[in-house]
Amino acid sequence: MSRAALLVLADGRFPAGGHAHSGGAEAAVKAGRITSAAGLEDFCRGRLHTAGLVAGALAAAAVLGVPPGDLDAAADARTPSPALRGAARRLGRQLVRAARASWPSAELDALARDFPKGAHHPVVLGVTARAAGLAPVDAAYCALYESVSGPATATVRLLSLDPFEATGVLARLAPELDRAADTAVEAARWALDEGAGALPAASGPLLELGAEWHAGWPVRLFAS
Amino acid sequence: MHLDHPHHGPAAVSADAHRPDGSRRALRIGLGGPVGSGKTATVAALCRALRDELSLAVVTNDIYTREDAEFLLREAVLPPERIAAVETGACPHTAIRDDISANLEAVEDLEDTVGPLDLILVESGGDNLTATFSKGLVDAQVFVIDVAGGDDIPRKGGPGVTTADLLVVNKTDLAPYVGSDLARMAADAKAQRAGLPVVLQSLRGGTGVADVAAWVRERLAAWTA
Repeated sequence: MSRAALLVLADGRFPAGGHAHSGGAEAAVKAGRITSAAGLEDFCRGRLHTAGLVAGALAAAAVLGVPPGDLDAAADARTPSPALRGAARRLGRQLVRAARASWPSAELDALARDFPKGAHHPVVLGVTARAAGLAPVDAAYCALYESVSGPATATVRLLSLDPFEATGVLARLAPELDRAADTAVEAARWALDEGAGALPAASGPLLELGAEWHAGWPVRLFAS
Repeated sequence: MHLDHPHHGPAAVSADAHRPDGSRRALRIGLGGPVGSGKTATVAALCRALRDELSLAVVTNDIYTREDAEFLLREAVLPPERIAAVETGACPHTAIRDDISANLEAVEDLEDTVGPLDLILVESGGDNLTATFSKGLVDAQVFVIDVAGGDDIPRKGGPGVTTADLLVVNKTDLAPYVGSDLARMAADAKAQRAGLPVVLQSLRGGTGVADVAAWVRERLAAWTA
Protein backbone atom coordinates (compact mmCIF):
# COMPACT_ATOMS: atom_id res chain seq x y z
CA MET A 1 0.00 0.00 0.00
CA SER A 2 0.98 3.62 -0.35
CA ARG A 3 0.09 5.91 2.53
CA ALA A 4 0.71 8.89 0.25
CA ALA A 5 -2.27 7.74 -1.85
CA LEU A 6 -4.43 8.82 1.09
CA LEU A 7 -3.14 12.37 0.71
CA VAL A 8 -4.03 12.33 -2.98
CA LEU A 9 -7.52 11.03 -2.30
CA ALA A 10 -8.22 13.32 0.68
CA ASP A 11 -6.88 16.46 -1.02
CA GLY A 12 -9.64 19.04 -1.37
CA ARG A 13 -8.36 19.66 -4.90
CA PHE A 14 -8.91 16.05 -5.96
CA PRO A 15 -11.09 16.65 -9.04
CA ALA A 16 -14.25 14.79 -8.11
CA GLY A 17 -16.85 17.55 -7.98
CA GLY A 18 -16.93 18.18 -4.22
CA HIS A 19 -16.22 21.89 -4.57
CA ALA A 20 -19.77 22.53 -5.78
CA HIS A 21 -21.39 21.06 -2.65
CA SER A 22 -21.72 22.58 0.83
CA GLY A 23 -22.65 19.47 2.79
CA GLY A 24 -25.82 21.15 4.01
CA ALA A 25 -24.01 24.30 5.14
CA GLU A 26 -25.79 26.59 2.67
CA ALA A 27 -29.22 25.61 4.02
CA ALA A 28 -27.98 25.87 7.62
CA VAL A 29 -26.53 29.33 6.99
CA LYS A 30 -29.77 30.56 5.46
CA ALA A 31 -31.80 29.09 8.31
CA GLY A 32 -29.60 30.98 10.76
CA ARG A 33 -28.11 27.84 12.31
CA ILE A 34 -24.57 28.77 11.27
CA THR A 35 -23.66 32.41 11.84
CA SER A 36 -20.12 32.12 13.20
CA ALA A 37 -17.18 29.78 13.68
CA ALA A 38 -18.87 28.44 16.84
CA GLY A 39 -22.01 27.63 14.87
CA LEU A 40 -19.92 25.99 12.17
CA GLU A 41 -18.24 23.83 14.80
CA ASP A 42 -21.59 22.68 16.21
CA PHE A 43 -22.85 21.93 12.72
CA CYS A 44 -19.72 19.99 11.79
CA ARG A 45 -19.76 18.03 15.04
CA GLY A 46 -23.34 16.99 14.37
CA ARG A 47 -22.52 16.03 10.83
CA LEU A 48 -19.41 14.11 11.86
CA HIS A 49 -21.36 11.86 14.23
CA THR A 50 -24.34 11.28 11.92
CA ALA A 51 -23.87 11.47 8.14
CA GLY A 52 -20.08 11.34 8.61
CA LEU A 53 -20.10 8.17 10.69
CA VAL A 54 -22.46 6.43 8.27
CA ALA A 55 -20.29 7.47 5.31
CA GLY A 56 -17.12 6.38 7.10
CA ALA A 57 -18.55 2.95 7.90
CA LEU A 58 -19.82 2.48 4.32
CA ALA A 59 -16.42 3.42 2.90
CA ALA A 60 -14.53 1.16 5.31
CA ALA A 61 -16.90 -1.73 4.56
CA ALA A 62 -16.25 -1.31 0.82
CA VAL A 63 -12.50 -1.60 1.45
CA LEU A 64 -13.09 -4.76 3.47
CA GLY A 65 -14.92 -6.26 0.50
CA VAL A 66 -18.60 -5.99 1.41
CA PRO A 67 -20.32 -6.04 -2.02
CA PRO A 68 -20.82 -2.48 -3.36
CA GLY A 69 -24.39 -3.26 -4.40
CA ASP A 70 -25.30 -4.17 -0.80
CA LEU A 71 -23.61 -1.06 0.50
CA ASP A 72 -25.36 1.14 -2.04
CA ALA A 73 -28.74 -0.21 -0.96
CA ALA A 74 -27.75 0.35 2.69
CA ALA A 75 -26.79 3.94 1.86
CA ASP A 76 -30.15 4.49 0.16
CA ALA A 77 -31.96 3.16 3.23
CA ARG A 78 -29.98 5.55 5.45
CA THR A 79 -30.67 8.66 3.35
CA PRO A 80 -34.37 9.65 3.60
CA SER A 81 -34.03 12.83 1.49
CA PRO A 82 -34.34 12.24 -2.27
CA ALA A 83 -32.26 15.38 -2.86
CA LEU A 84 -29.44 14.00 -0.72
CA ARG A 85 -29.62 10.62 -2.43
CA GLY A 86 -29.37 12.38 -5.78
CA ALA A 87 -26.41 14.47 -4.64
CA ALA A 88 -24.63 11.40 -3.22
CA ARG A 89 -25.04 9.55 -6.53
CA ARG A 90 -23.87 12.52 -8.60
CA LEU A 91 -20.79 12.83 -6.41
CA GLY A 92 -20.25 9.09 -6.62
CA ARG A 93 -20.39 9.21 -10.39
CA GLN A 94 -17.93 12.09 -10.49
CA LEU A 95 -15.59 10.33 -8.08
CA VAL A 96 -15.60 7.11 -10.08
CA ARG A 97 -14.34 9.05 -13.10
CA ALA A 98 -11.44 10.63 -11.20
CA ALA A 99 -10.73 7.34 -9.41
CA ARG A 100 -10.53 5.28 -12.62
CA ALA A 101 -8.07 7.77 -14.06
CA SER A 102 -6.01 7.77 -10.85
CA TRP A 103 -6.07 4.11 -9.79
CA PRO A 104 -7.29 1.99 -12.74
CA SER A 105 -8.92 -1.19 -11.46
CA ALA A 106 -11.40 -3.82 -12.61
CA GLU A 107 -13.53 -3.18 -9.52
CA LEU A 108 -13.86 0.52 -10.33
CA ASP A 109 -14.69 -0.34 -13.95
CA ALA A 110 -17.38 -2.73 -12.70
CA LEU A 111 -18.77 -0.07 -10.36
CA ALA A 112 -18.98 2.44 -13.22
CA ARG A 113 -20.70 -0.16 -15.39
CA ASP A 114 -23.17 -1.36 -12.75
CA PHE A 115 -24.08 2.18 -11.63
CA PRO A 116 -24.03 4.35 -14.78
CA LYS A 117 -25.80 7.16 -12.92
CA GLY A 118 -23.53 6.79 -9.92
CA ALA A 119 -23.37 4.74 -6.73
CA HIS A 120 -23.50 6.52 -3.37
CA HIS A 121 -20.35 8.58 -2.85
CA PRO A 122 -19.05 6.79 0.30
CA VAL A 123 -19.34 3.43 -1.48
CA VAL A 124 -17.32 4.71 -4.43
CA LEU A 125 -14.85 6.26 -2.00
CA GLY A 126 -14.33 2.87 -0.35
CA VAL A 127 -13.86 1.03 -3.65
CA THR A 128 -11.43 3.78 -4.68
CA ALA A 129 -9.43 3.42 -1.46
CA ARG A 130 -9.32 -0.33 -2.08
CA ALA A 131 -8.02 0.26 -5.61
CA ALA A 132 -5.40 2.64 -4.22
CA GLY A 133 -4.22 -0.04 -1.79
CA LEU A 134 -5.45 1.84 1.27
CA ALA A 135 -6.78 0.36 4.50
CA PRO A 136 -10.38 0.45 5.79
CA VAL A 137 -9.43 3.05 8.38
CA ASP A 138 -7.97 5.28 5.65
CA ALA A 139 -11.26 5.24 3.76
CA ALA A 140 -13.13 5.99 6.98
CA TYR A 141 -10.87 8.96 7.66
CA CYS A 142 -11.39 10.25 4.17
CA ALA A 143 -15.19 10.05 4.38
CA LEU A 144 -15.30 11.55 7.86
CA TYR A 145 -12.94 14.38 6.98
CA GLU A 146 -14.94 15.22 3.85
CA SER A 147 -18.11 15.31 5.95
CA VAL A 148 -16.72 18.32 7.84
CA SER A 149 -14.22 19.92 5.44
CA GLY A 150 -16.90 20.51 2.79
CA PRO A 151 -19.17 22.55 5.10
CA ALA A 152 -16.15 24.42 6.51
CA THR A 153 -14.86 25.64 3.15
CA ALA A 154 -18.40 26.37 1.95
CA THR A 155 -19.06 28.50 5.04
CA VAL A 156 -15.93 30.54 4.35
CA ARG A 157 -17.53 31.47 1.02
CA LEU A 158 -21.10 31.83 2.31
CA LEU A 159 -20.44 33.94 5.41
CA SER A 160 -17.05 35.42 4.45
CA LEU A 161 -15.94 33.65 7.60
CA ASP A 162 -12.28 34.10 8.52
CA PRO A 163 -10.58 31.10 6.85
CA PHE A 164 -8.22 30.69 9.82
CA GLU A 165 -11.20 30.29 12.13
CA ALA A 166 -12.76 27.71 9.84
CA THR A 167 -9.53 25.73 9.73
CA GLY A 168 -9.30 25.96 13.51
CA VAL A 169 -12.73 24.31 13.71
CA LEU A 170 -11.46 21.37 11.67
CA ALA A 171 -8.35 21.07 13.82
CA ARG A 172 -10.38 21.06 17.03
CA LEU A 173 -12.60 18.29 15.64
CA ALA A 174 -9.60 16.07 14.82
CA PRO A 175 -9.55 14.01 18.05
CA GLU A 176 -13.28 13.29 17.68
CA LEU A 177 -12.68 12.37 14.07
CA ASP A 178 -10.02 9.86 15.17
CA ARG A 179 -12.51 8.14 17.46
CA ALA A 180 -15.26 8.20 14.84
CA ALA A 181 -12.91 6.54 12.34
CA ASP A 182 -12.26 3.70 14.78
CA THR A 183 -15.99 3.31 15.41
CA ALA A 184 -16.66 3.26 11.67
CA VAL A 185 -14.10 0.52 11.03
CA GLU A 186 -15.44 -1.56 13.91
CA ALA A 187 -18.93 -1.28 12.44
CA ALA A 188 -17.60 -2.16 8.99
CA ARG A 189 -16.05 -5.37 10.37
CA TRP A 190 -19.44 -6.27 11.84
CA ALA A 191 -20.99 -5.69 8.45
CA LEU A 192 -18.51 -8.06 6.85
CA ASP A 193 -19.94 -10.86 8.99
CA GLU A 194 -23.51 -9.71 9.53
CA GLY A 195 -24.25 -7.92 6.26
CA ALA A 196 -24.66 -4.26 5.38
CA GLY A 197 -27.72 -4.00 7.64
CA ALA A 198 -25.36 -3.97 10.62
CA LEU A 199 -23.85 -0.63 9.57
CA PRO A 200 -24.66 2.46 11.67
CA ALA A 201 -27.82 4.35 10.78
CA ALA A 202 -27.24 7.63 12.60
CA SER A 203 -29.01 10.51 10.92
CA GLY A 204 -29.39 14.24 11.31
CA PRO A 205 -33.03 15.04 10.51
CA LEU A 206 -32.25 18.74 9.95
CA LEU A 207 -29.66 17.79 7.32
CA GLU A 208 -32.29 15.78 5.47
CA LEU A 209 -34.97 18.47 5.78
CA GLY A 210 -32.50 21.22 4.91
CA ALA A 211 -31.44 19.36 1.76
CA GLU A 212 -35.05 19.13 0.57
CA TRP A 213 -35.59 22.84 1.27
CA HIS A 214 -32.33 23.79 -0.45
CA ALA A 215 -33.11 21.75 -3.56
CA GLY A 216 -36.16 23.93 -4.20
CA TRP A 217 -34.36 27.28 -4.16
CA PRO A 218 -34.12 29.08 -7.48
CA VAL A 219 -30.96 30.94 -6.40
CA ARG A 220 -28.12 29.20 -4.58
CA LEU A 221 -24.34 29.00 -4.64
CA PHE A 222 -23.97 25.26 -4.05
CA ALA A 223 -25.52 22.19 -5.65
CA SER A 224 -26.33 20.71 -2.23
CA MET B 1 -14.72 -7.02 -19.44
CA HIS B 2 -12.61 -5.38 -22.11
CA LEU B 3 -9.98 -3.85 -19.93
CA ASP B 4 -7.45 -3.62 -22.73
CA HIS B 5 -9.87 -1.97 -25.10
CA PRO B 6 -8.47 1.49 -25.85
CA HIS B 7 -11.76 3.23 -25.12
CA HIS B 8 -12.19 1.76 -21.67
CA GLY B 9 -8.88 2.99 -20.33
CA PRO B 10 -8.52 6.11 -18.22
CA ALA B 11 -8.47 8.35 -21.28
CA ALA B 12 -12.12 7.49 -21.90
CA VAL B 13 -13.05 9.41 -18.78
CA SER B 14 -12.38 12.84 -20.23
CA ALA B 15 -10.58 13.96 -23.34
CA ASP B 16 -10.81 10.82 -25.48
CA ALA B 17 -12.21 11.70 -28.88
CA HIS B 18 -14.40 8.60 -28.87
CA ARG B 19 -17.43 7.58 -26.89
CA PRO B 20 -17.59 4.19 -25.14
CA ASP B 21 -19.41 2.72 -28.15
CA GLY B 22 -16.51 3.71 -30.43
CA SER B 23 -18.28 6.56 -32.23
CA ARG B 24 -16.64 9.98 -32.41
CA ARG B 25 -17.95 12.31 -29.74
CA ALA B 26 -19.17 15.84 -30.38
CA LEU B 27 -16.73 18.71 -30.74
CA ARG B 28 -16.75 20.73 -27.50
CA ILE B 29 -16.14 24.46 -27.62
CA GLY B 30 -15.87 26.52 -24.43
CA LEU B 31 -16.93 30.16 -24.15
CA GLY B 32 -15.45 32.12 -21.26
CA GLY B 33 -14.94 35.74 -20.27
CA PRO B 34 -15.81 38.39 -17.72
CA VAL B 35 -19.31 38.90 -16.30
CA GLY B 36 -21.59 40.77 -18.70
CA SER B 37 -19.33 40.57 -21.76
CA GLY B 38 -22.00 38.80 -23.79
CA LYS B 39 -21.16 35.10 -23.52
CA THR B 40 -24.77 33.95 -23.32
CA ALA B 41 -25.84 36.29 -26.12
CA THR B 42 -22.99 34.94 -28.25
CA VAL B 43 -24.06 31.37 -27.51
CA ALA B 44 -27.63 32.28 -28.51
CA ALA B 45 -26.41 33.89 -31.74
CA LEU B 46 -24.27 30.85 -32.56
CA CYS B 47 -27.19 28.50 -31.95
CA ARG B 48 -29.36 30.51 -34.33
CA ALA B 49 -26.61 30.54 -36.95
CA LEU B 50 -25.77 26.84 -36.75
CA ARG B 51 -28.83 24.94 -35.54
CA ASP B 52 -30.22 24.26 -39.01
CA GLU B 53 -27.00 22.64 -40.23
CA LEU B 54 -25.67 20.96 -37.05
CA SER B 55 -26.92 18.86 -34.16
CA LEU B 56 -26.21 21.19 -31.22
CA ALA B 57 -26.40 21.32 -27.44
CA VAL B 58 -25.34 23.81 -24.75
CA VAL B 59 -24.04 23.47 -21.19
CA THR B 60 -24.26 26.60 -19.01
CA ASN B 61 -22.29 27.19 -15.80
CA ASP B 62 -24.27 29.76 -13.85
CA ILE B 63 -22.62 30.97 -10.68
CA TYR B 64 -25.68 31.01 -8.48
CA THR B 65 -28.82 30.88 -10.61
CA ARG B 66 -30.19 29.25 -13.72
CA GLU B 67 -30.46 32.63 -15.45
CA ASP B 68 -28.22 31.80 -18.40
CA ALA B 69 -29.97 28.51 -19.08
CA GLU B 70 -33.33 30.24 -18.69
CA PHE B 71 -32.30 33.03 -21.05
CA LEU B 72 -31.49 30.45 -23.73
CA LEU B 73 -34.77 28.66 -23.06
CA ARG B 74 -36.76 31.91 -23.19
CA GLU B 75 -35.08 32.88 -26.44
CA ALA B 76 -35.94 29.38 -27.68
CA VAL B 77 -32.59 29.04 -29.42
CA LEU B 78 -32.68 25.27 -28.85
CA PRO B 79 -35.24 22.78 -27.53
CA PRO B 80 -35.05 22.57 -23.70
CA GLU B 81 -33.66 19.04 -23.68
CA ARG B 82 -30.57 20.35 -25.48
CA ILE B 83 -29.67 22.83 -22.72
CA ALA B 84 -28.10 21.62 -19.45
CA ALA B 85 -27.11 23.77 -16.45
CA VAL B 86 -24.18 22.92 -14.17
CA GLU B 87 -23.94 24.33 -10.62
CA THR B 88 -20.48 25.56 -9.72
CA GLY B 89 -20.37 26.18 -5.95
CA ALA B 90 -19.28 29.83 -6.21
CA CYS B 91 -16.22 28.90 -8.28
CA PRO B 92 -16.91 29.05 -12.03
CA HIS B 93 -13.25 28.69 -12.97
CA THR B 94 -12.90 25.54 -10.86
CA ALA B 95 -15.73 23.90 -12.75
CA ILE B 96 -14.16 24.54 -16.17
CA ARG B 97 -10.49 24.11 -15.31
CA ASP B 98 -9.47 22.45 -12.02
CA ASP B 99 -12.36 20.05 -11.45
CA ILE B 100 -14.23 19.46 -14.67
CA SER B 101 -16.18 16.41 -13.51
CA ALA B 102 -19.65 17.99 -13.34
CA ASN B 103 -19.24 19.52 -16.80
CA LEU B 104 -18.01 16.24 -18.28
CA GLU B 105 -21.05 14.55 -16.82
CA ALA B 106 -23.30 17.16 -18.42
CA VAL B 107 -21.75 16.85 -21.90
CA GLU B 108 -21.89 13.05 -21.75
CA ASP B 109 -25.50 13.07 -20.57
CA LEU B 110 -26.44 15.37 -23.46
CA GLU B 111 -24.78 13.02 -25.95
CA ASP B 112 -26.63 10.09 -24.36
CA THR B 113 -30.06 11.71 -24.27
CA VAL B 114 -30.26 13.91 -27.38
CA GLY B 115 -27.31 12.63 -29.43
CA PRO B 116 -25.74 12.07 -31.80
CA LEU B 117 -24.42 15.61 -31.53
CA ASP B 118 -21.98 17.48 -33.77
CA LEU B 119 -21.20 20.30 -31.37
CA ILE B 120 -21.57 21.12 -27.67
CA LEU B 121 -21.03 24.70 -26.52
CA VAL B 122 -19.89 24.93 -22.89
CA GLU B 123 -20.46 28.40 -21.49
CA SER B 124 -18.52 29.38 -18.38
CA GLY B 125 -20.02 31.45 -15.61
CA GLY B 126 -18.74 35.03 -15.78
CA ASP B 127 -15.28 35.12 -14.29
CA ASN B 128 -11.98 36.96 -14.37
CA LEU B 129 -9.32 37.38 -17.04
CA THR B 130 -7.38 34.29 -15.95
CA ALA B 131 -10.23 31.80 -16.40
CA THR B 132 -9.52 29.25 -19.10
CA PHE B 133 -11.01 25.85 -19.93
CA SER B 134 -9.22 22.57 -19.31
CA LYS B 135 -8.20 20.64 -22.43
CA GLY B 136 -9.85 17.67 -20.73
CA LEU B 137 -13.22 19.41 -21.11
CA VAL B 138 -13.13 21.34 -24.40
CA ASP B 139 -11.34 21.03 -27.73
CA ALA B 140 -11.20 24.77 -28.37
CA GLN B 141 -12.11 27.89 -26.47
CA VAL B 142 -13.50 31.33 -27.21
CA PHE B 143 -12.83 34.24 -24.86
CA VAL B 144 -15.45 37.00 -24.97
CA ILE B 145 -14.62 40.50 -23.75
CA ASP B 146 -16.48 43.72 -24.51
CA VAL B 147 -15.55 47.29 -25.29
CA ALA B 148 -17.45 48.63 -22.27
CA GLY B 149 -15.23 46.64 -19.88
CA GLY B 150 -12.36 48.96 -20.77
CA ASP B 151 -10.24 49.23 -23.89
CA ASP B 152 -7.11 48.32 -21.90
CA ILE B 153 -8.18 44.68 -21.42
CA PRO B 154 -6.42 43.34 -24.55
CA ARG B 155 -3.24 45.17 -23.51
CA LYS B 156 -3.43 43.70 -19.98
CA GLY B 157 -3.46 40.23 -21.50
CA GLY B 158 -3.85 37.26 -19.17
CA PRO B 159 -4.47 33.63 -20.11
CA GLY B 160 -7.98 34.21 -21.52
CA VAL B 161 -6.99 37.04 -23.85
CA THR B 162 -3.63 35.63 -24.93
CA THR B 163 -4.28 31.89 -25.27
CA ALA B 164 -7.94 31.45 -26.26
CA ASP B 165 -8.31 29.95 -29.73
CA LEU B 166 -10.61 32.82 -30.66
CA LEU B 167 -10.92 36.23 -28.98
CA VAL B 168 -14.25 38.00 -29.46
CA VAL B 169 -14.35 41.74 -28.71
CA ASN B 170 -18.07 42.26 -28.25
CA LYS B 171 -20.45 45.25 -28.17
CA THR B 172 -18.40 47.24 -30.68
CA ASP B 173 -21.51 49.40 -31.27
CA LEU B 174 -21.00 50.81 -27.76
CA ALA B 175 -17.42 51.98 -28.38
CA PRO B 176 -18.27 55.62 -29.16
CA TYR B 177 -20.47 55.88 -26.06
CA VAL B 178 -17.94 54.47 -23.57
CA GLY B 179 -14.86 56.11 -25.04
CA SER B 180 -13.22 52.87 -26.12
CA ASP B 181 -10.68 52.95 -28.93
CA LEU B 182 -11.54 49.94 -31.12
CA ALA B 183 -8.46 50.26 -33.31
CA ARG B 184 -6.27 50.22 -30.24
CA MET B 185 -8.09 47.19 -28.81
CA ALA B 186 -7.64 45.32 -32.08
CA ALA B 187 -3.95 46.25 -32.31
CA ASP B 188 -3.27 45.30 -28.67
CA ALA B 189 -5.09 42.00 -29.11
CA LYS B 190 -3.09 41.22 -32.23
CA ALA B 191 0.15 41.97 -30.40
CA GLN B 192 -0.81 39.76 -27.43
CA ARG B 193 -2.03 36.75 -29.38
CA ALA B 194 0.81 35.68 -31.67
CA GLY B 195 -1.36 35.24 -34.73
CA LEU B 196 -4.45 33.74 -33.04
CA PRO B 197 -7.68 35.14 -34.49
CA VAL B 198 -9.73 38.06 -33.14
CA VAL B 199 -13.31 38.92 -34.14
CA LEU B 200 -14.91 42.31 -33.47
CA GLN B 201 -18.58 41.60 -32.85
CA SER B 202 -21.74 43.62 -32.41
CA LEU B 203 -24.77 41.45 -31.84
CA ARG B 204 -27.03 44.50 -32.14
CA GLY B 205 -25.42 45.55 -35.39
CA GLY B 206 -25.25 41.97 -36.62
CA THR B 207 -21.54 42.13 -37.35
CA GLY B 208 -19.03 39.48 -36.38
CA VAL B 209 -21.48 36.66 -35.67
CA ALA B 210 -20.95 35.19 -39.12
CA ASP B 211 -17.17 35.24 -38.53
CA VAL B 212 -17.52 33.41 -35.21
CA ALA B 213 -19.84 30.84 -36.81
CA ALA B 214 -17.38 30.38 -39.69
CA TRP B 215 -14.58 29.79 -37.17
CA VAL B 216 -16.73 27.15 -35.46
CA ARG B 217 -17.38 25.46 -38.81
CA GLU B 218 -13.65 25.35 -39.51
CA ARG B 219 -13.04 23.77 -36.13
CA LEU B 220 -15.72 21.20 -36.77
CA ALA B 221 -14.32 20.38 -40.20
CA ALA B 222 -10.90 19.79 -38.62
CA TRP B 223 -12.49 17.69 -35.86
CA THR B 224 -14.37 15.40 -38.21
CA ALA B 225 -11.61 15.18 -40.83
